[in-house]
Amino acid sequence: MIYKAGSYDVIVIGAGHAGCEAALAAARMGCKTLMVTMSMESIALMPCNPSIGGPGKAQVVREIDALGGEMGINVDKASVQMRIINTGKGPAVQALRAQADKDEYHKEMLKTLLDERNLDILVAEVEEIETSDSRVTGVITKTGAWFACKAVIITSGTYLKGRIIIGDLAFDGGPGNQFPSIKLSDSLQKLGLKMGRFKTGTPPRINKKSVDFSKMIEQPGDERSLRFSFVSPRMERPQLSCWLTHSTGITHQIVRDNLDRAPMFSGVIKGKGPRYCPSFEDKVVRFADKDSHQLFVEPEGRATDEMYIQGLNTSLPEDVQVQILKSVPGLENVRIMRTGYAIEYDYVVSSQLKLTLETIQVEGLFTAGQINGTSGYEEAAAQGLIAGINAALKVQEKEPLILKRSEAYIGVLIDDLVTKELDEPYRLLTSRAEYRLLLRQDNADLRLTETGYKIGLVNEERWHTYQEKLHILENERTTLKRTTFTPADKNIAEFLASKNSAVLRDRISLWEMLRRPELKIEDFVRLGLISDNDLDILEQLEIQTKYEGYISKQKEQVQRFEKMESRHIPDDINYDDVYGLSNEALQKLKQFRPHSIGQASRIAGVNLADINVLLIFFEKQRRK
Amino acid sequence: MFDDDIAAISTPPGEGGIAIIRLSGSEVIEKANRVFKPRRLGVDLTQKEGYSLTLGWIVDGEEFIDETLVSIMRAPRSYTGEDVVEINCHGGTLPARRCLETVLKTGVRIAEPGEFTRRAFLNGRLDASQAEAVIEIIRAKTDKGLSLALKQLSGKNSNHFHELEDSLISINAMVEASLDFPDEVGEPDYGEVKSMFASIIGKIDQILAAGKRAEIYREGISIAICGKPNVGKSSLLNALLKKDKAIVTNIPGTTRDIVEDFINVRGIPVRLMDTAGIRATEDVVERIGVERSHEVIQSADLVIFLLDIETGITEEDLAVYESIENRHVIVLVNKEDLEEKRISEAQLEDLFKEVKVIRGSVKEDIGLEELEASIENMVLSGEVQADDMEIMLNMRQKQALLKARKHIEDALFALEDVPLDCLGVDIWGALESLGEITGKNLKEEVLDRIFHDFCIGK
Ligand SMILES: Nc1nc2c(ncn2[C@@H]2O[C@H](COP(=O)(O)OP(=O)(O)OP(=O)(O)O)[C@@H](O)[C@H]2O)c(=O)[nH]1
Ligand SMILES: [Mg+2]
Repeated sequence: MIYKAGSYDVIVIGAGHAGCEAALAAARMGCKTLMVTMSMESIALMPCNPSIGGPGKAQVVREIDALGGEMGINVDKASVQMRIINTGKGPAVQALRAQADKDEYHKEMLKTLLDERNLDILVAEVEEIETSDSRVTGVITKTGAWFACKAVIITSGTYLKGRIIIGDLAFDGGPGNQFPSIKLSDSLQKLGLKMGRFKTGTPPRINKKSVDFSKMIEQPGDERSLRFSFVSPRMERPQLSCWLTHSTGITHQIVRDNLDRAPMFSGVIKGKGPRYCPSFEDKVVRFADKDSHQLFVEPEGRATDEMYIQGLNTSLPEDVQVQILKSVPGLENVRIMRTGYAIEYDYVVSSQLKLTLETIQVEGLFTAGQINGTSGYEEAAAQGLIAGINAALKVQEKEPLILKRSEAYIGVLIDDLVTKELDEPYRLLTSRAEYRLLLRQDNADLRLTETGYKIGLVNEERWHTYQEKLHILENERTTLKRTTFTPADKNIAEFLASKNSAVLRDRISLWEMLRRPELKIEDFVRLGLISDNDLDILEQLEIQTKYEGYISKQKEQVQRFEKMESRHIPDDINYDDVYGLSNEALQKLKQFRPHSIGQASRIAGVNLADINVLLIFFEKQRRK
Repeated sequence: MFDDDIAAISTPPGEGGIAIIRLSGSEVIEKANRVFKPRRLGVDLTQKEGYSLTLGWIVDGEEFIDETLVSIMRAPRSYTGEDVVEINCHGGTLPARRCLETVLKTGVRIAEPGEFTRRAFLNGRLDASQAEAVIEIIRAKTDKGLSLALKQLSGKNSNHFHELEDSLISINAMVEASLDFPDEVGEPDYGEVKSMFASIIGKIDQILAAGKRAEIYREGISIAICGKPNVGKSSLLNALLKKDKAIVTNIPGTTRDIVEDFINVRGIPVRLMDTAGIRATEDVVERIGVERSHEVIQSADLVIFLLDIETGITEEDLAVYESIENRHVIVLVNKEDLEEKRISEAQLEDLFKEVKVIRGSVKEDIGLEELEASIENMVLSGEVQADDMEIMLNMRQKQALLKARKHIEDALFALEDVPLDCLGVDIWGALESLGEITGKNLKEEVLDRIFHDFCIGK
């Protein structure tokens, strides 16, 4: 029996990383919001690896933070280790990575959600999205509760028709032993959404007590206190180490001997898996000449014995998993705590989305996270945030928020999603960002705090702190440019000599001197030439001086890029009316419905002549 | 894309006649002015009004490329509705191409097919009813350009481009894999990166040289013979032509006008020009002849400078040499058969540093073979048939290759001083430039390569 259970502005289905950000954003922007989850335990669950950040992803977490999202703050509360990756490879790819305590991560997020005034949580399974005139009107749960709403955000991750595969065993299920969501996928299909099927996998978890760490290499965290969020307090907390070991010739032999039992190769698994995250059996087969692969053993939390084995995701039968593990140095006496598995799931083909993450077919229906064919907690959270923001803006009848490729990884991510045809789960890489040097983790706040403030997610206090930072930066920049030295300055000459740095020939400013690769800003702080500011400020100044040339090169590229992006294509364009498009372009433009000329030019199959045709069409329309 | 500065040769390619280079965009007048040397001193293109004509030279630094008539049209009263410059080149296709290349060096980019027409339409210079016609023009030009480019890239030459593409993808993959998958892929070996850069530059140079060779064999070059009167210029022309085309006497000032004919030097078509001997003179006819000599010498691809061993190096010789010093020159010391030798080896070495000097005698046919060899050597930049590559490059391809090369050079230069992500800017830039030629999205191929070459995966 269906009954009217209530009414909300925004309903979020799913409580993973996308769902949490979406619900918080909508609620904080003043929308009456309901978050529907299949269980309280699955809120902010990390069903795969226990880490957040790394190249491309750390930048996203910082962007989420600058916009007023939660992921950065939450992982700062729940981390057991922090490290900076890629330290020697330049500012654009330096990336913070945290090992998180999964349980703490869940609990801290839950606390934040419960604290939110405008947000209700409901444990239920949504089976149907209700629409009228291709517009969302409500949702109906399995148990018959009918909620009216103005916008729905689906963030159901890999739960849609989830199917777990372990060897010859296969059963319906969601990640982390949760239930799958079967009917929702059909409901989406009924609404006209095209669905695809992907696969991903996770390694077995082992009991810490059964590991011989003396045979592994310890990987401790960084000594300094690191944080994702620009507003988290700097805290020293005890860190847990990760451990490095490796597979052996015996391991690989075991895999080869059991390939006939591997669903990857027997044809049981049909969904396409990500190339950047192949199963272990895949690695052994494809890189047959390698006699060893790295394996990282990572803690899943402080209060649990469970450890995650990065590098060993597999869907081989459980007995083979045990054999494999025991052939690894340090794991001779290992005891499994959780079996590795592959999971297949339905996803929404993302070319059906607008840059706001609203579906083209159904007004008011948004999708975010793994349901859109992406992988990764960070990618999911970013989409959740953008979908939450845009759902709220839509409810409030305000202009949508679209981040450009030139201003955020989040922009790169969403633009890629809506302009590309995915043939594997999508993961962010720094190499996907053409303006990588501008989209750094260190300057995410400079890029996006103002946007976050304007939409109302960045509060006054944070805004004030940010303004202060801007002020200090500006002052310091002026000082650096004004402070100059001549070859006659003895102290400087001595200092340069001690650093093996060339002697001065002419008067030179501190700003210019900092460009020298061998000179570090801390040296100048120690000399008393630069005031001992917060680390963030010093880092910012150093990057701005050292990489000025490359940064301005990229800024020029951005100017050219943005000219194309700013030519909008009206939503109601009928491509059949456009004279002169090639057949392929016509079909692709109808499918992707790009937002701008720039986006259209990135669609495979739309070439320069087609772009010209569009430009001429718009001009003709304008003159009418 | 919308209002940046563009240029292209707007007359159909063909033999002789006048070729027009059209420029359009907000800064084209200023940029054209940078490579323009007016006939009348003090004339400045940027000060000229719309629909004006100015006579002068297109110059690349010190080098005179061609004598041109430049017309200026100011926005919005021009074909495209933007500022437009049209450079009318006298010398036909080859000099026109050189002029265009010179213009491109100022930061003007080569226009896309049909781009002038599109701009004209978008800027309201063409009637709305012409929209469909405009589209037809753009489509036709794009498709034609595409099929031509594809033809050139297929078959015998394709593997040269593929090799280049392959090394660029592979170096990109190496760098990007290290940046995005630090757990699995270590830092690239800088020694290896360096040698890869060097080999990429080598490959680009090879393709460019082959393209230039093909251009030279197809279009030919012009050579001017110059020197003071009576050094044997006309004699040399006749000897190379193997016929008595020019009048030869022992009276200085015999040749009064340009005498020209076509020959073939080792397969290269050459337009050979004999000039009036250069000297100060009161004779009106001779003076005009000398003026013409100067013009011809300035626009020739190569100048053969003759000296007379009997008279020695005189003030007149020095004056002539001063005017050709910055051009491609071969010096021929003539009349070696005579007893009286007033030019010493030391003198030559002192005067002509890094310039090819040949000693010989036109009369006795000494040194002429060496002269031909030097001509070939010089126009083919010393890379005479070092390989059997046969590549015709169009202007767009050549520009794209030059851009790619510049990126790799920058990366090589910065290699030791900047981190990998900065290097990535140029390495990626090079790949993008090459993509302009092959029309492929090489970024996706880099990803494919990463997953193929490196075992990545958590
Ligand atoms: N002995 C000797 N005489 C030469 C040689 N080459 C040219 N002559 C003579 O030099 C004289 C001038 O030759 P031209 O070829 O008319 O000289 P030119 O440089 O064209 O002179 P103008 O046209 O007057 O500038 C003629 O008498 C030639 O026979 C040579 O190699 N040896
Ligand atoms: Mg003569």
